Amino acid sequence: MLEIRTHLRARAGESATIGPETNITRDLGLDSLAIMDFIFDLEDSFDISIPMERIAEVQTLADLAKAIEVLQKEAA
Amino acid sequence: MSSIFDKFAPLQEQHAALTAMGRSPADIVFEEIISPTEAILNGKRTILMGTNNYLGLTFDEVAVDAAIEALKTEGTGTTGSRIANGSYDGHKRLEEELAEFYGMRSAILFSTGYQANLGAIAALAGRDDYLLIDADSHASIYDACRLSDAQVIRFRHNDPENLDRKLKRLDGTTGSKIIVVESIYSMLGDMVPLKAFVEVKKKYGAYLLIDEAHSLGVLGEKGRGLCEHEDLEDDIDFITGTFSKSIGTVGGFLVSNLPGLDIVRFASRPYMFTASPPPSVVASARKTLSRIAGASDLRKQLWENAAQLYNGLKSAGFELGPTLSPIIAIRLSDAEKAIALWNGLLDAGVYTNLALPPATPFGWYLLRSSISAAHTPEQIALAVDVCTKIGKELGLITLSGSKKTETGKLQVNGAKALNGASEKHPFSTSEPESVVPTGAGAPVARA
Ligand SMILES: Cc1ncc(COP(=O)(O)O)c(C=O)c1O
Repeated sequence: MLEIRTHLRARAGESATIGPETNITRDLGLDSLAIMDFIFDLEDSFDISIPMERIAEVQTLADLAKAIEVLQKEAA
Repeated sequence: MSSIFDKFAPLQEQHAALTAMGRSPADIVFEEIISPTEAILNGKRTILMGTNNYLGLTFDEVAVDAAIEALKTEGTGTTGSRIANGSYDGHKRLEEELAEFYGMRSAILFSTGYQANLGAIAALAGRDDYLLIDADSHASIYDACRLSDAQVIRFRHNDPENLDRKLKRLDGTTGSKIIVVESIYSMLGDMVPLKAFVEVKKKYGAYLLIDEAHSLGVLGEKGRGLCEHEDLEDDIDFITGTFSKSIGTVGGFLVSNLPGLDIVRFASRPYMFTASPPPSVVASARKTLSRIAGASDLRKQLWENAAQLYNGLKSAGFELGPTLSPIIAIRLSDAEKAIALWNGLLDAGVYTNLALPPATPFGWYLLRSSISAAHTPEQIALAVDVCTKIGKELGLITLSGSKKTETGKLQVNGAKALNGASEKHPFSTSEPESVVPTGAGAPVARA
């Protein structure tokens, strides 16, 4: 979660308040481009691929953390 | 009262804002088409610099006559799909001619290039398969992914290393891996580093599909596109393409050398559930296609014209795409100035495409032009002149013509690969820039 937050902060700016329930698109004002770059950052950082269908299901930071956890388990 | 259209408020606002600043690209209506490079717009003679009419063959006499003849003998339409209504002789002939042109076993005809991508990709990639697509893919490729039951993984634009990592993570899975790239990307005109992608594909036993929409007739000795130009045709599994650009009509296709391609017809909804191309369209496509291999004079002219526009705009100080190609885009970061430049050009009688985020890489505002072999040096010189004049008035370029950084910092990863792809560029007179935009792109797909 901390690692995701660091990447998100890099995209959304230092002043953004980011918690588990933060809605990534609605609350942080990230456009689709920024989101895509953020996803690429996460993929590199966690050494996973996040399929587009999974991204579509994610709304909050907690959703994302959960999705990454599942993907890491699947990969292991 | 609420309306079903309320959800489109942001689109409505954008359209209204564009209209308020002059006109909206969607409202452009040409009253008269004079030639492949000129039309009448609001009573004014206008040079067309954004039509993808690369070889200028839309008025080719032989193709026009063949279309008229087909209209008279076979009628205005097929009124149904080939699965339901049967094929016309022309459909079969065109498919044979496409396969022969590419030197591949078989070809399948679709009603548009959009449908060719939709139909080919969605059918080829089934439930247990994996689609690996470039982040900057055309909308038809993104939509194909939605139609497909496969898992979709995006890789960074033109980044074979990123793809390599993603394929490595799929080690041990059994489904087919299908990589999708485009030869020339439609917004910036940058090219795929195909050789590097072919190496990755071979390493993992994946399939490679390339959309040659903007390179058919444009690249290669015989005009077969980037695969021919890079001498990589034996390593490509599938090629999709369109008749809506250099072929000058409408329609799309899938070609492959793999035995058994025909079955894709019965698994492809965009093939089965839409009407087949009308006889006149098929007739003109056949005539124009038959000209492509021998049209090296037109290709030479096309690349000379592209170089004139690219170098003209570049020396005026505009920021362009990374490599010379027949797609030449001015990159701007200021929305209002981009819109003003586009309107100013139209007022001066030059038509280009205005491309807005999120359909553009990096959220840039692009004035996209596509050059044609049919443009005259005078038309191109005039376009460069008015562009330079308006660019100076808007402060987009400085008076001395030196570069003013409008686009901010660019990422440079993948620069090596991209420059590699441009090395063998035919008739290229300009060195590729060292700073290459890669790494990102809109998830919503390019127009
Ligand atoms: C890269 C790419 N693929 C496919 C298409 C679709 O072609 P068509 O106009 O035949 O539907 C286009 C053009 O819009 C394109 O630019």
